[in-house]
Amino acid sequence: MPDTIALEQANGVLTITLNRPDVLNAVNDLLAKELQDALRQGARDAAVRCLILTGAGRGFCSGADLRDRAGAITSYREHLQATFNPVILAMRTIEKPVLAAVNGVAAGAGCSLALAADLRVASDRASFIELFSRIGLVPDSGSTWFLPHLVGLGKALEMTYTADPVDASEALRIGLVNRVVPHEALISKTMELAGRLAAGPTKAYGLTKRAITYALGATLEQALEYEAQLQDVAGATADHREGVAAFLQKRQPKYEGR
Amino acid sequence: MPYQNITVSTEDGIAVVTLNRPDVLNALNQATMDELVSALEEFEREGSVRCIVLTGAGRAFAAGADIKEMAGASAPEMLAGYRFQQWERIRKVTTPLIAAVNGFALGGGCELAMLCDMIVAAETAQFGQPEINLGIMPGAGGTQRLTRAIGKSRAMEMVLTGRPISARQAEACGLVSRVVPAETVLDEAKRLAKEIAAKGAVAVRLAKEAVLKAFDTHLEGGLDYERKCFYLLFATEDRSEGIAAFLEKRRPAFKGR
Repeated sequence: MPDTIALEQANGVLTITLNRPDVLNAVNDLLAKELQDALRQGARDAAVRCLILTGAGRGFCSGADLRDRAGAITSYREHLQATFNPVILAMRTIEKPVLAAVNGVAAGAGCSLALAADLRVASDRASFIELFSRIGLVPDSGSTWFLPHLVGLGKALEMTYTADPVDASEALRIGLVNRVVPHEALISKTMELAGRLAAGPTKAYGLTKRAITYALGATLEQALEYEAQLQDVAGATADHREGVAAFLQKRQPKYEGR
Repeated sequence: MPYQNITVSTEDGIAVVTLNRPDVLNALNQATMDELVSALEEFEREGSVRCIVLTGAGRAFAAGADIKEMAGASAPEMLAGYRFQQWERIRKVTTPLIAAVNGFALGGGCELAMLCDMIVAAETAQFGQPEINLGIMPGAGGTQRLTRAIGKSRAMEMVLTGRPISARQAEACGLVSRVVPAETVLDEAKRLAKEIAAKGAVAVRLAKEAVLKAFDTHLEGGLDYERKCFYLLFATEDRSEGIAAFLEKRRPAFKGR
């Protein structure tokens, strides 16, 4: 049983709750390790078809635990390579939808963690702060990559230079989050969306995620070729056959994620 | 011929040889190498296979030599053994070899992939020469073929640190000719093999020899060699057929002679 996160699995959805509410779910070494393990398990378990990442208490995640690291860290680089970077990469490479249910403040690397999810559902109390510049650091844990893709170059630089909080409605307006819901309804609304995705053709979703990630670093020609290759893979899935059969028979498809 | 450590299949003029010890990540022990050499030489003798795909079952292409098998060996035993003669015999195979690298290609596995004429890699593949971590070094061509493939500085870093590179990195530095989704790597290699198998067999064989000549001769010698191969092909029926088909705007029907 993990100490710093809570896991709950139901109806194909694995919910990972960052669970150090007294420090706004700051990430210490143990949490980073337990989160890596949970993501690995979620990737492997065929019964998991969608993941939700959320935080316990008032905050989503306040980033790296500065008190935990005081004095002990000789290289930020090595620290990132051991803690956040594997988590971020796992979230981007796991071939299942990953949703962030942002329940409160997402600051610094905690903001990066929210951005690494495929979709963000935010509570109306959520806020996003690229805190790094306040202590003279550069954005890390993927923020430099996610931000310009999500909100464009100008907003990315504004958020990172100023380190001003972006509230939920502003986040929705600039495309930083996909939906904003009343705080009380955050988990139910996110579960509703996750349940819908988990009942979908999740193998195809996984390939879609792979293709879109690839396309971000590719030319149109390369992306076209890659799509065509992956279409052979998707075309061979049971879900594709089921989808076509259901369409022809004018009924709802029953997808199994394979 | 029944094999224990590999599987072999043929279709449409190509063969697929699969290293089949997935529980040990297809570690290349003597028995596996023996079977691989037998299978390749049998294809050469028999003559109907015109391109061969080599791949691995499970998560790895091949994760290196069988370390347990080498653990007790002394230097004179390693020298006296015929371990590396098998690699030389694979090198002398005239049929084009395509490595379909589905996962780890480490140590001897990386060297085996490089011994092939082309490498098609899954995007999840990794290439590395980790021998240095065991206090030894590559011994089946790693220092030579990797350096020729990707250049001194990159090869040196891989060989001296033992760190692997990803398929995309391998593509960027020319170690592999293409990277495809893992699910399609074998199909892609087979498609490439069938394309090559449909060409004139004599031309393919001489062209392979001439390209390999580029690795061990100076330019003038290589150009001379190329020209002699080129002239020789004018004595083949395939050349008459190929040129006639081109002029008549139809597909050539090569016969391999």
